[in-house]
Amino acid sequence: MNQMQNFTKGFFKENPILVLVLGTCPTLATTSSSLNGLGMGIATTFVLVGSNVVISLLSKFIPDKVRIPAFITVIASFVTIVDLIMQAYVPDLYKTLGIFIPLIVVNCIVLGRAEAYASKNNVLSSLIDGLGMGLGFTMALGVLGALREIAGSGSIFGHKFINGDGILVFILAPGAFIALGYLIALVKKINKTS
Amino acid sequence: MAKTESTFKNMALSLTLIAAVAATCLGFVYELTKKPIELSNLNKKLDAIREVVPEFTNNPNNEIFRLPTDEGDSLDIYPAKKDDIIVGYAVNTYTTKGFSGTITLMAGFKPDGTIINITVLDHKETPGLGTKMTEPSFKDQFLDKNPVEYELKVKKDGGPVDAITAATISSRAYCDAVQRAYNTLKKGGIK
Repeated sequence: MNQMQNFTKGFFKENPILVLVLGTCPTLATTSSSLNGLGMGIATTFVLVGSNVVISLLSKFIPDKVRIPAFITVIASFVTIVDLIMQAYVPDLYKTLGIFIPLIVVNCIVLGRAEAYASKNNVLSSLIDGLGMGLGFTMALGVLGALREIAGSGSIFGHKFINGDGILVFILAPGAFIALGYLIALVKKINKTS
Repeated sequence: MAKTESTFKNMALSLTLIAAVAATCLGFVYELTKKPIELSNLNKKLDAIREVVPEFTNNPNNEIFRLPTDEGDSLDIYPAKKDDIIVGYAVNTYTTKGFSGTITLMAGFKPDGTIINITVLDHKETPGLGTKMTEPSFKDQFLDKNPVEYELKVKKDGGPVDAITAATISSRAYCDAVQRAYNTLKKGGIK
């Protein structure tokens, strides 16, 4: 597989949300608007790229039996860095995402990529893999957030385009499941035909 | 370089090293972001105060004082002064009667107790329902009202406040928080 395929696989073929269905907890919880979804996606991408690179560098050094605690330590450090930086420079977004920033530590995608990819491949491939997966995740969250915001509050990126309220259920938790379900079905269809 | 073997010594050594490096990095990032975080928290507070009281020339954050509430707790009061004359009080108030968790508000009062403006600092209410309490359509009915004659109760409870549709609990909680701020100011000897 060349590096281009390595990068693009995160978007459709192996999209963490829409195909692998990993890390759905932050997906469902933070996509009540497009901006929140994108913010969460970018924070996760940063952690994913950082942890993939560091773990790939250290993969020879870490003994097999303690690899999980070692990976988690690396991931948790990156998450704490993101947490502090967001608190300092984007306090509003930090407040809306709240508990889901520290919870990136237990996001299956991050540990999954570390275990399945970064620990077995070289630094460059791991970096590209992390970037592709992260941006694929960001794309899924952005699209899902936008869909829910359009249907639920009649606005996009905070700009209202219809007066009055939207379909309330899309802002609430059940709407997240419904929208994600349709999105997964759509991507399945696209992947099948292409 | 060969893969490190999983002997006890290697495992302990590698984990210790990783933890030590991670801790050092985090220490640096913490030091780096400490100032901006403090600044952004202070700005948020000052912005909220500015929103709820008339123009002031002092620094309300430096003249903060606390008054006890009826429940034995206490609230932070920020006096806003223009040329040493009090123009209003910003009260950092709260309620535990929200639909989910505590709601904190910044409520501004004129020295005679009239509500100037209210802004929500933090809440966990239902998006699309309880969150409407931050919007002018709900908030504006409190402006320029004095709780002496304007009872802070929703219509369902016999008061004059128009509750948010499908969010009566959040509306009640909002009233409760403002009432607590008013009572505390009054009891503290400030009319």
